[in-house]
Amino acid sequence: MSKNASILIAGVGGQGTVLASKILGLVATKAGLDVKQSEIHGMSQRGGSVVTHVRFGEKVYSPLVAKGTADIIMAFEELEALRYLPYLKKDGLMIVNQQQMLPMPVITGAAQYPEGPVEEMTGRGIRVKAINASAIGREKGDARAANVVLLGILANELSFPKEYWTEALEESLKPKLLAMNLAAFKAGQEI
Amino acid sequence: MTKYELLSGNEAIARGAYEAGVKVAAAYPGTPSTEILENISQYERIHAQWSPNEKVAMEVAVGASIAGARSLASMKHVGVNVAADPLLTFSYTGVGGGMVLVSADDPAMHSSQNEQDNRYYGLLAKIPVLEPGDSAEAKAFTKKAYEISETFDTPVILRTTTRVNHSKGLVALEEPADIVVKDYEKNPPKYVMTPANAVGRHKVVEERRLALTEFAGATELNRIEKGSGDAGRIGFITAGISYQYLKEILPEASFLKLGLLWPLNEKLIKDFAASVDQVIVVEELEPVLETQIKAMGVCCRGKDITPRQGELSEEVLRTVLAEAGLPVPVAAAVQSEYASGQKLPMRPPILCPGCSHRGMFYTLKAMNLHVSGDIGCYALGSAPPFGCLDTTVCMGASITGAFGMELARGDEFAEKCVAVIGDSTFFHSGITGLIDIVYNQGRSTIIVLDNSITAMTGHQDNPGSGKDIRGMASPAIDIAKLAESIGIRRIRVVDPFDLKTCREVLKEELAAPEVSVIIARRPCALHIRLKNPPFYVDQEKCIGCKACLKLGCPAISVTEGKAKIDPLVCVGCGLCPRVCPTKAIKAASQKAAEEAKTNE
Ligand SMILES: Cc1ncc(C[n+]2csc(CCOP(=O)(O)OP(=O)(O)O)c2C)c(N)n1
Ligand code: SF4
Repeated sequence: MSKNASILIAGVGGQGTVLASKILGLVATKAGLDVKQSEIHGMSQRGGSVVTHVRFGEKVYSPLVAKGTADIIMAFEELEALRYLPYLKKDGLMIVNQQQMLPMPVITGAAQYPEGPVEEMTGRGIRVKAINASAIGREKGDARAANVVLLGILANELSFPKEYWTEALEESLKPKLLAMNLAAFKAGQEI
Repeated sequence: MTKYELLSGNEAIARGAYEAGVKVAAAYPGTPSTEILENISQYERIHAQWSPNEKVAMEVAVGASIAGARSLASMKHVGVNVAADPLLTFSYTGVGGGMVLVSADDPAMHSSQNEQDNRYYGLLAKIPVLEPGDSAEAKAFTKKAYEISETFDTPVILRTTTRVNHSKGLVALEEPADIVVKDYEKNPPKYVMTPANAVGRHKVVEERRLALTEFAGATELNRIEKGSGDAGRIGFITAGISYQYLKEILPEASFLKLGLLWPLNEKLIKDFAASVDQVIVVEELEPVLETQIKAMGVCCRGKDITPRQGELSEEVLRTVLAEAGLPVPVAAAVQSEYASGQKLPMRPPILCPGCSHRGMFYTLKAMNLHVSGDIGCYALGSAPPFGCLDTTVCMGASITGAFGMELARGDEFAEKCVAVIGDSTFFHSGITGLIDIVYNQGRSTIIVLDNSITAMTGHQDNPGSGKDIRGMASPAIDIAKLAESIGIRRIRVVDPFDLKTCREVLKEELAAPEVSVIIARRPCALHIRLKNPPFYVDQEKCIGCKACLKLGCPAISVTEGKAKIDPLVCVGCGLCPRVCPTKAIKAASQKAAEEAKTNE
């Protein structure tokens, strides 16, 4: 890989974005690349908007993806996909989980949930892969495995050997959750 | 072969402490520093502990150092304010074993109440400040800090920022040094800071400053990277995360990358300045380096270009450097190709579904009380739909602040005002305030929101939770008994979800002309991973009155005039049925029973 790759993982606090970025970071490390990633934890984990930046390549200085430079954005929720859209580079790929979680201002009626986020993005000619990862996760045993389903899709877009992914999953997950997550990962890859 | 691991800055600092042979480490949690002690506690040979506050943590580390062991205290930036008293005099005594204070600053206030720049503490306390720019440096600088501490007989501040604490990078793991505890000899002139002794020690501090200044000119912590071409004639003096952004933007420029930020070495700076056409100091927040460099008579630019507020980033720097006339291609990285055409709602943090605090804020809002607030998850009681808090200043200020308000505005106000404070915050700095009210005969009503954990920072145990940092049993301090022992007579324990009782108790205690403590006790839902079967709304019974929306629960919404509960979000805490006037909200078990009935 000559140029650094930049990937943004966005979602809502508690959705498992941190685990997904950890696994991705591990895979890039196994490939012998320089890796930096940044995630802010703290207040925002209480149901707020969260984002992790992951960058890898020969030599990486900044842990942050600059606006307009993300090769891929992986969004766990539709509104969050739209929120971080300005980070996507021209012709970059948006992987989005078809799930809508209402933020408090929408619940209280102070604001409106945007209309058709996926349609808006495809309408603009953005490369979008939209799937209901939560539903697939549920099929495999737990809706929360949506993060690993999405990783399966991401894996197809990156050229890392498959065994790195399996190893990274093994190293990051509790043994009793492993089989279910491996199935979720495979389901993501087969989409 | 060297083993590399992808570690966060905090994990790397913990690893550095381990490799440096640290024996004692103490901290009070605080974002972005918390994971340092959590990770240190995984090294069994280190004594790791949560202290009730930062001053205590600092003093424990000071004692350990004087007694000959290498020690560490870590805290968020505002925690250093709490620990400043021991810090400034420990500068005079100097160390026995090396001592490092990690100050984790939070530019942009991701999780903080201010964005103070703690590099100033180095200047104030006259102790060296090291600042790493990534995880590899975080580990290396931690180890180096112990060497400096012992060589120069001084505590050392390892100053980090959120981006470094919470970013990951590759770190080479090395063999740990043995834990060595130096011989201890009683040495009053060095360690008893009476005025007579302190005068002598201040002299030592000034000599140390000179020695450190010379060291700053020689240490590899500060490094010059000679640039090339036209850009090479631009000289950046920078440190920490700012260096990383600049290397992405203008890698061919010349750099003086500082690792030791105080003291600075004049010759090093002047030689670098002489080797380039122009010097630009790039630092987040305050012009700490710039002011010192200008005082040396070096012509440079700095805060006339970069903002004083918030974090820097590649985007920010590209923009301001281009505006300042530097050869920086702006468009390459800061221009977005895409953006949504719709107005996007914010997604602010909220109390979790099932949060114990929700019941009390519902009641406080309904009673329309003034609330002297504090810091913790319950600061979210300031957000809609509650909007309850009148104040939030710093940890502990709820109790003392309520008393001050009472003194300013009298009984009538006190009858409508409560203080709310979490259990961890109470142990941190609530107790002395409570003593103040007893001693000075106030009548404030204090509510301790006791979820028996330090939730905000990620569920650390505290003196009330009955467990130590490693999860082993330890004595749980009883807040009610503690209040009783300082002479408080009116102490009530309530379940914040028992809305009726809470309201009655509040009425009684607000009316009582003496201080009262109400302990609202219920475990943190996220910590115990509360997950009961979800509740549901009987659509026929719901009249769409939105009473349930007043709970600010993320699981409940009203669409087309009827309330709905998202079964994926609901944790079945059982609070909402208590506020529904038509009993439309029901437990899943009720649904099953009703369905069985209709099927009959
Ligand atoms: C001096 C200082 N130290 C640490 C913090 C970080 N901090 C904010 S609130 C908090 C504790 C919250 O625990 P608790 O009072 O029990 O409330 P909870 O979050 O559990 O509701 C901490 C550690 C801070 N803001 N200021
Ligand atoms: S973490 Fe605990 S205290 Fe904090 S909002 Fe969630 S349930 Fe409430």
